[in-house]
Amino acid sequence: MDRRKFFKYAGFAAVGLAAGLPAKLLAAEALAEPVTGSDLECACGSEGFVRQMYPPASASRWAMVIDLRICREDPDCRDCIKACHQIHNVPDYQDAKNEVKWIWKEPFSHAFTEADHQYITGHIKHSNALLLCNHCDNPPCVKVCPTKATFKREKDGLVMMDWHRCIGCRYCIAACPYGSRSFNYREPKKFFTEKGQRLQPDFPARTRGVVEKCTFCEERLARGEWPACVLACPHNAIAFGDLGNPTDPVRRILQDTFTIRRKPALGTQPEIYYIV
Amino acid sequence: MIEKALEGGKKYWSLIFVLLVILAAGVIAYLKQFSEGLTVTGLSRDVSWGLYIAQFTFLVGVAASAVMVVLPYYLHNYMLFGKITILGEFIAIPACIMCMTFIFVDMGQPFRVLNIFLHPTPRSVMFWDTVVLFGYLLLNLLIGWITLTSELKGIKPPAWIKPFIIVSIPWAVSIHTVTAFLYSGLAARPFWMTAVLAPRFLASAFASGPAMLILLCLILRKTTKFDAGKEPIQKLAVIVTYAMTVNVFLILMEVFTAMYGDIPEHLAHLKFLYFGLRDAQGVMHSTLVPWMWLSSLLAVVSLILLLNPKYRNREGWLAAASIAVFFSLWIDKGMGMIVAGFTPSPTHNVTHYSPTLIESLISLAVWALGALILTVLYKVVLSVRKQVEPVRYKD
Repeated sequence: MDRRKFFKYAGFAAVGLAAGLPAKLLAAEALAEPVTGSDLECACGSEGFVRQMYPPASASRWAMVIDLRICREDPDCRDCIKACHQIHNVPDYQDAKNEVKWIWKEPFSHAFTEADHQYITGHIKHSNALLLCNHCDNPPCVKVCPTKATFKREKDGLVMMDWHRCIGCRYCIAACPYGSRSFNYREPKKFFTEKGQRLQPDFPARTRGVVEKCTFCEERLARGEWPACVLACPHNAIAFGDLGNPTDPVRRILQDTFTIRRKPALGTQPEIYYIV
Repeated sequence: MIEKALEGGKKYWSLIFVLLVILAAGVIAYLKQFSEGLTVTGLSRDVSWGLYIAQFTFLVGVAASAVMVVLPYYLHNYMLFGKITILGEFIAIPACIMCMTFIFVDMGQPFRVLNIFLHPTPRSVMFWDTVVLFGYLLLNLLIGWITLTSELKGIKPPAWIKPFIIVSIPWAVSIHTVTAFLYSGLAARPFWMTAVLAPRFLASAFASGPAMLILLCLILRKTTKFDAGKEPIQKLAVIVTYAMTVNVFLILMEVFTAMYGDIPEHLAHLKFLYFGLRDAQGVMHSTLVPWMWLSSLLAVVSLILLLNPKYRNREGWLAAASIAVFFSLWIDKGMGMIVAGFTPSPTHNVTHYSPTLIESLISLAVWALGALILTVLYKVVLSVRKQVEPVRYKD
């Protein structure tokens, strides 16, 4: 199916699902502000990335561009983090030792250890960068996993995890140069019960003793939905798409705009690109 | 033959009892960890390996060091090691079992640990490490048992065991090389990513293992009728001297490269070990600093004692030097090696780690398990010797 055709069908589908689809996404409280179809299509000019209503139906290489210039404008915003952690049942232990996080903010100098220098102006230096799993083309975590519980999906490059196979050896945590992986030191389900928080029924809660990380919202992409962080961003600072398609907006952004990646010298080929 | 472990004196049974008590305490501690998860340890998102993996790394070296008696005896016909070769091989058995136990208690999902064999993944160094460790355990069980049975029967070991003995020599080198590869192949951790790690692991193994064997021989002489003899112990001392010298040399290589190369990411880990590092909030983290200086001090003291024949030849000083070598390497290659790899983290965060009481109890119990197996195995060896040479071992 080519792109044009897809959007034609997607259009029909959208009519049918107009009520159903967003309602499902908005189950998460963080997304209480409905992101309507027209909002998604609006061209926000320099204020953010323009986005189609639905992501491509398939991709050969999913990738993300984060515009930190926009992100900096609203330093206290945590909408993407809240949305992601809520729909994925990521527990908020309020405790650095047991912490689990899929997407988070880290000071610029910590995120871009190689791009930091003493003359960077205050507002960049003291700003935060949004970090998540880089879904590397050459992922070191996949190489070291002794059970193939973490693996790269060849069709679209996603670095995924089988939480039922993971033995919790944490070798992948040692191997990840980006600190993107978390271990379940505690029993998350028990924590949710104690806090009286409701688990999202359509996403599995993990068990104690396994490693987890960002999945690029593989489950949402399969349903033809944008990743939660992309949708949740009130400023459209996150673009997401298929690098395998020369006409994809993400490809065009990378052609026209100078972007950097974290620790490119390691050869892991991270697929999160940053506009600083 | 194993039934010989069931007959012993009061001293023997008291030792067994004490070790069983420690083991029981550890089992209770492990049940707590098993029911609550690894949150009962001091481990965190940033420092995700700690005391358990540190002990594992150190003990792989102890296991590998059996080769230092096997090689001279079987390859060079150094007959003086004839009496103690089995003791070396029997150190390897509990050492391997302790390694596996430390890996097991470190697992988040211990019941799934066999997934390593169910889904074998040759691209993972951990897969190979499991394979070589298991192989080495089986080799030493087989070799130890066959040679000891032959000794009991008063016959020469069968010819078919020789190839296994020969294979066990490079195999011993392989277990520690592969263990070093676990770390040295990780681009994410500059502290570990050094080609000298495997050679350094081997050097420290060949120092700490024989140092332990010297101490065990001296203890056996004091507490039993078994006397390894002065000459074999002196030979072991020479081996420890060479290996410890090479180990300290390799550590200094690391320090030079990091300091003169002056790459902050490489230097930061050494700074953390020897001087401490501040975290983003300005809080100093220097838990390991006194330990590392103690390790360095012990290394220097041990070398002074070992390199000087005046001290090395006297068994009292040699015992002191062996203790210094063992303890120095236990710190340096254990907690120092592992925790510094994680500090600072890939995002340059400094996170405190120190083992909890539960973690320490479990670790102590694994050591007790090793000591228990070693005691039983040595008991069997001594009983066999007593049966073969009743005059020498007369009560």
